[in-house]
Amino acid sequence: MLKIEGLRAEIDGKEILKGIDLEVPTGEIHAIMGPNGSGKSTLSYVLSGREGYEITGGSATFDGHDLLGMEPEERAAAGLFLAFQYPVELPGVGNANFMRTALNAQRRAKGEPELDAMQFLKLARARMKELSMPEDMLKRGVNVGFSGGEKKRNEVLQMALLKPAIAILDETDSGLDIDALKIVADGVNAMRGPDFSALVITHYQRLLDYIVPDRVHVLMDGRIARSGGPELAHQLEAEGYASVEAA
Amino acid sequence: MNAVTEHNALTEPGAAGFLQRFEGLRARLPGRGLPWLEAMREAAAESFREQGFPTRRVEAWKYTDLAPLKEAGFGEALTPVDSAIPLPRAAAPRRVVFVDGRFSAELSDPDAPVRSLARHLDAAEGLLGSLARNDGVPLAALNTALFEDGALIDLADGEDGGIVEILSVVRADRPVALHPRHLVRLGAGAKLVLIERAWGHGESRYLHSPVLEFQVAADAHVTHVRIQQEARAGIHLSTVFAKVAEKGTYDSFLLHAGARLARAEAHVTLAGPFSAAHLDGAQLVGDGQHADCTTFLDHAAPDCPSRQTVKTVLAGRSRGVFQGKIHVHQIAQRTDGYQMNQALLLSDQAEIDSKPQLEIYADDVKCSHGATVGALDETQLFYLRSRGIPEAQARSMLIEAFLLDAVETVRDETARAALVEVVSGWWERTAA
Ligand SMILES: Nc1ncnc2c1ncn2[C@@H]1O[C@H](COP(=O)(O)OP(=O)(O)O)[C@@H](O)[C@H]1O
Ligand SMILES: [Mg+2]
Repeated sequence: MLKIEGLRAEIDGKEILKGIDLEVPTGEIHAIMGPNGSGKSTLSYVLSGREGYEITGGSATFDGHDLLGMEPEERAAAGLFLAFQYPVELPGVGNANFMRTALNAQRRAKGEPELDAMQFLKLARARMKELSMPEDMLKRGVNVGFSGGEKKRNEVLQMALLKPAIAILDETDSGLDIDALKIVADGVNAMRGPDFSALVITHYQRLLDYIVPDRVHVLMDGRIARSGGPELAHQLEAEGYASVEAA
Repeated sequence: MNAVTEHNALTEPGAAGFLQRFEGLRARLPGRGLPWLEAMREAAAESFREQGFPTRRVEAWKYTDLAPLKEAGFGEALTPVDSAIPLPRAAAPRRVVFVDGRFSAELSDPDAPVRSLARHLDAAEGLLGSLARNDGVPLAALNTALFEDGALIDLADGEDGGIVEILSVVRADRPVALHPRHLVRLGAGAKLVLIERAWGHGESRYLHSPVLEFQVAADAHVTHVRIQQEARAGIHLSTVFAKVAEKGTYDSFLLHAGARLARAEAHVTLAGPFSAAHLDGAQLVGDGQHADCTTFLDHAAPDCPSRQTVKTVLAGRSRGVFQGKIHVHQIAQRTDGYQMNQALLLSDQAEIDSKPQLEIYADDVKCSHGATVGALDETQLFYLRSRGIPEAQARSMLIEAFLLDAVETVRDETARAALVEVVSGWWERTAA
């Protein structure tokens, strides 16, 4: 279970997260919606350990691990995965090499044997087929020259290979056409199960037609302003965030 | 026993010591009795006497201080080669080995198209000194005065010399000064891939200062990959002269990966139309090291392309230098030049000096130039770590990506693999 209590964080002295309380029980998928600039990406970065944020209060634990005291790679090994809103280009680092290195680093951390290049390729090809990704994306530099949709699919591919216990998807739907959106949603739904939870950050209710969440939270100005069932997403779509503010 | 006898005494420091050495050795240096060579050595010694070692007041030496060379005396290597020495793995199917500057028949492949210069000096007349200048290049003058041996590669028209490694090993257990001289001539249409490795073993200070001359005839193609892996207290000062005739190519890659103080200087002339050159390189500079890549490229004929990408990675307290001068002569119309130098600073105490210099006297010319200096990208680092890759390994991956991008330009697979082997894991070895 992911448990966030009273979490506060600043960038350059400016408070962005102003006391967040949130619980995602194991096996559930929760959505976070909210206007631009409300702190959604900041929350995802703080949970995954990016530098540059000062945590001024509160806590975040996952299955009892104190996330905020861990290095990013330790959080990954503990089962946390972030699909970036803006996937990062790594010129000169081959996509296959990148993913195999990541997978083997995590296997090593868990005391599992590493995969050789052949074993990895077999695994990656199978997952790529499910995500309708052309095979040559393995040979290219990580995200280099990828279209917006390809980058997002590449994030989902990494998730499918790394099999996290909890995934944070930061606007993985933005910039996708409806076919790509369905592929991404299928990728997430395929992971659903009693041991997998997810925090799906989105701007639009559209994605939530395909990934139906157990709960929906609205983040406004660094706080969870409201929580509810899947119907909350529809209400927001119809009435806008102003209705939450008024409530 | 070799012509040079054993003696341990150190010369006095500075240029005077090297001149003293010349006086002591001149009667015993290889080539005694060949009037052309004796005259050449005399003239070179005289030129070195006049110039001395370069100081930082000389423009081309503004960023590289030879104080560590000038402050100490040097001695000679012991002969003959006796003790077993550990050698690096061969990079090419055929390898010739020089130990402390002298050809080792025992360690060398007899099928390699390489002869010992000391034993075939008669065949070097007209080639030796055909490109090397004394004026303005005192280290070349010093080499001409003092060289004892080196490789002689003379390929006939149309001959394919294959892939050859020249390994020059220094036993750094005493402060030796070595001045190997390598001569390479490719006849019309000939081909050669040459991997030249300087390799030191031991803790003593020493000087390893090779000079190479490349004559590349029409339609001939040479790939020259240089791997500098001197021991940690070594001083490496090398100078290459190359001249390329019509439609010939000189493709070179310099890798600095060792030494306390290293400078590789190249003087390349594109002398015939449609000749081409690559002057690429990478410098891996760790704490306490100084590396310098200096090139002079003369576009002296029309329609010649040249490419230069040099990448430098600096860690700890270190200094890197890139100086790239491109001179486009008036006759060199339709020159197509490209130069890029990039530095990656891994510490606040590292410093890079980079000086591109374009002198263009022709009017129909395409010359582009770019330079970047930066640190590792924090966002890229976080992306890798967020996938579970430990920080040191993530850094190493990004550093390698930066460097391997430069190595990609080497087309010969064997030569490229030799470079990749040294570049891979450099950071993990350095940081350890
Ligand atoms: N590196 C930064 N430096 C300063 N302010 C930042 C930085 N990153 C984000 N912010 C600010 O933090 C707030 C929240 O941003 P973000 O978490 O990206 O919002 P969201 O993802 O909900 O659109 C915004 O006001 C944004 O301008
Ligand atoms: Mg965002």
